Amino acid sequence: MAERFVSVDAVQEALRRVDYLADPSTAGVVFLADRLEKPVLVEGPAGVGKTELAKAIAATTGSRLIRLQCYEGLDESKALYEWNYKTQLLRIQADREHERDWETVESDIFSETFLLTRPLLEAIRADEPVVLLIDEVDRVEIETEALLLEVLSDFQVSVPELGTITAVRRPIVVLTSNNTRELSEALKRRCLFLHLDYPDAEREQEIVRVRVPGIDATLADQIARVVRSIRQLDLKKAPSISETIDWARTLVHLGVEKVTPDVVGGTLHVLLKYQRDIERANKELKVAEA
Amino acid sequence: MTGVDVPAPGRMLDLISGFVHELRAAGLPVSMTENLDAMRALEYIAVDDRAAFKTALAATLVKHADHEKVFNVLFDVYFALQPFAFDDEDEDGPGGRPGGGVPVPGSMPGGGAGGDASPEALAAMLMRAILDPDALRRFAAAAVTRHAGMEPGRPVGGTYYLYRTLRALDLDSLLDRLMEQIAAERGGFADELEERLAREELAARIERLREEVEAEIRRRLVADRGPEAMARSLRVKLPEDVEFMHASREEMAALQRAIGPLARALAARLAMRRRRHHRGQLDFRATVRRSLSYGGVPADPRFRRPHPSKPEIMVVADISGSVASFARFTLQLVHALASQFSRVRSFVFIDGIDEVTAFFEGNADLGDAVKRINTEADVVWVDGHSDYGHAFEVFHQKWGSEVTPKTSVIILGDARNNYHASQSWVLAELRKRARHLYWIDPEPAAYWNTGDSVIGDYAQYCDGVYECRNLRQLERFVEAVIES
Repeated sequence: MAERFVSVDAVQEALRRVDYLADPSTAGVVFLADRLEKPVLVEGPAGVGKTELAKAIAATTGSRLIRLQCYEGLDESKALYEWNYKTQLLRIQADREHERDWETVESDIFSETFLLTRPLLEAIRADEPVVLLIDEVDRVEIETEALLLEVLSDFQVSVPELGTITAVRRPIVVLTSNNTRELSEALKRRCLFLHLDYPDAEREQEIVRVRVPGIDATLADQIARVVRSIRQLDLKKAPSISETIDWARTLVHLGVEKVTPDVVGGTLHVLLKYQRDIERANKELKVAEA
Repeated sequence: MTGVDVPAPGRMLDLISGFVHELRAAGLPVSMTENLDAMRALEYIAVDDRAAFKTALAATLVKHADHEKVFNVLFDVYFALQPFAFDDEDEDGPGGRPGGGVPVPGSMPGGGAGGDASPEALAAMLMRAILDPDALRRFAAAAVTRHAGMEPGRPVGGTYYLYRTLRALDLDSLLDRLMEQIAAERGGFADELEERLAREELAARIERLREEVEAEIRRRLVADRGPEAMARSLRVKLPEDVEFMHASREEMAALQRAIGPLARALAARLAMRRRRHHRGQLDFRATVRRSLSYGGVPADPRFRRPHPSKPEIMVVADISGSVASFARFTLQLVHALASQFSRVRSFVFIDGIDEVTAFFEGNADLGDAVKRINTEADVVWVDGHSDYGHAFEVFHQKWGSEVTPKTSVIILGDARNNYHASQSWVLAELRKRARHLYWIDPEPAAYWNTGDSVIGDYAQYCDGVYECRNLRQLERFVEAVIES
C-alpha cells in the first residue's frame, strides 16, 4: 500500500490544507495509524471535532469516506452484510422450470449478486482508498462490539457462505466515542487511542479565523478567551468548537467589533443551550441579561 | 526544548519494559500486544523528538483519558529531561549525557548561575516569566535551585521541596500583584468581563508555574535517585482507587470530576439492561392475532413489554467530619441516578437527623445541593458528634411508617458511635418493613468493630454490609442494588 504521509509534520500540514487545525499529538496519532495500519479510537466531549477529523483525513488523502453510524440495536445485517432474500426467492422461483439440483441453486443464490454490503464490508472490499468512520461506537451494546473486532484487527470479514473476504487495501479506520460507557478491553487493545479535548485559547482563535473568513483577529482572540472562560464554569453542556464558530459568525453578522458584557449577554444563547447554563454564565460573568 | 537522548536499541527495550512495568504497577492495564505496538510505533518516529516519542507511547499504551495524568508523571520520571541547568548557552543542544536521559546519579545538577540570583532579581524574573510562557521553565529551574535547598541523597519527599519553593515564591499574593501591575499598564480594565478574563488567564499561568516547579523538582530527584526509586515513591492513584477518607484536596477535585461521567455511564448501562431484561408475560391477544398468518397455529408467541419495577430508595447518611466526603459522593451519585429509581429520599444525620430530599429536587444543581446540606440541614442535636442510636430512633419515629416493602434503605456511615447506645432494634424494625436494608461503610473492613465502631451490632439486621472505600466499590454497590 502506498504510504500516504511522510512525517508527522506532513500530516499536520495536510490537515491544515483542508481547514482542520490538528495539534501535534493528533497529527502524531494519525501518522502512526497510517504507518502501523491500526484503527484510531478518538474519545472526547461532544463537539471537539472527532467526526470532523475523519472527514478531514478523507478529504486530504482523497479517499472515500464510509460511515457507520452506531446506535443501540445495531446488528450484523446493518453493519456487515445481509443476503438479499427477496431476490433470492425470486431467483428460486424463476429456476423452478429448469429442474436444477439443490447444490447448483445454493451456490447460485449465495453468490455476490445477492449480497448486500453494509459499511464494514464495503470498506473492506473497496479497491479505492477509503476512510472508514465508525461513529459513536459507545452506543452499541458491548456484545455488538465483537462484530467490529475481526474487521479492526485483521481487516477481514467472514461470510460463512462465501468464505473470508480480506481487505484489498487497508482503510484508515477512525472510531469515535463520547465515553458514555466503558468500551471493552478487546476493542481498545486493537486501536490507537487519542483523547481530544477542547483546544486552548490560541488554537481556538486560529480555528475561528480559518472557519470564519474575514473575521478581525482581535475579535477572534476575544471570542476564544471568553469561550475558554465559559468552559471553566460548571455547566451541563460546555460550548463546543462548532458553537464557538457559530457565535463568531453571529457576531460578525451583527457587525460587532469588540466583545463587551452587553454583547455576550445578548448572544449567549448561541453558545449555551440550557437555560440553567445561560443563567449561570450570566451570573458568573456578570453580563447584562438579554 | 531538548529531546530524549537516543540510547542503544537494547537499552531502549529495557527502558520501555521498565516503563510499562511501572504503568502496570500504577494500575493501568497494559497488555502484551500494546507493549509490542509501542515498540513498533517507535520504529516510525524520530526517538529524539520528545513530543512525538511521548505521543507514540501514549497512543499505544494508554487507552483511557483518566489515565493520562498518571502516564504523564511516569513519563517525566522515566524519560527525564535533564534538570534545567540554568545557563543560557545550555538551552539548546541535547547535551551529551549518556544512558537514556538518566543523568549521572549522585551529582545534584542544576547549580548553575541561577543559584546566585538575588531575591530581587528573582522577583523581577517571576513577573516576566508569568507573562512570557517561554521563560517559565527557566524560571522554575532558577527558583528551585535557589529556594528548595535540595541536597543529593537526602531522604526527603518532593512535597517538602515543593512546599519550600512555593512558600518562598508566595504565589498566593502574586495574582493580585500581577493584576495591579497589568491594570496600571493598561490604565484600568475596560469592563468587568475583561478583568475576569485577565484574572483567569493569569491564574492559569501561575498554576502552570506551580506544575513546572513540581516537574523540575521531580527531574532533580530522578537525577539523584534514579527513575525506579522515584516512580515507586510517586505511585499515583487512579481516581477510582482513591480512598474517600484519605483523599487530598487535589484528589477530591478529581473525584468530583469523575462522578458525573460515572453516573451517566451507570445510568445508561442500567437503563439498557432493564429494557432488555427478560420478556414479560404472554400477550394472548397479540399471539392469537399473529397465529392467523400461520393458519391458526400460534407459532410466533408475543409477549407483553415488561413493566420493570423501579426501587424506591431511602439514603440515610452520616455526614459528620470523618465520613462527610464519602456521604457527599454517594448522595451525588444516587441523585444523579434518580431516573433509575421510582423515588429517592435522602436523610442526613450527625446526632440529629433531617430530610434533605428537597435540596436535590427539580433541576437543582448537585453541587449547590451539597452546599445547602452543610449549611441548612438541622443535624446537630447535642454536641455534633455522631450518635447513630439517637439518629435512628428519630428516623423511626418520624419516617418509619413511610418505609414500605418497595423501599430499599441504604445507610451510609462508619458506625463509629462515640460509645453511645446503638439502638439496633430500629434496624430490626426497618428490616421487617423494607424490601432491602443495606449498609455501606467507607472504612476498610479490617477496622470494623474496632474502637467505637459498632457495625457488627447493626450488621446482623442488614441484608448486606459493604465496604465502599473508593469509587470503584461504590459503583459496584449501586449497580448491585438496582439489580436486586
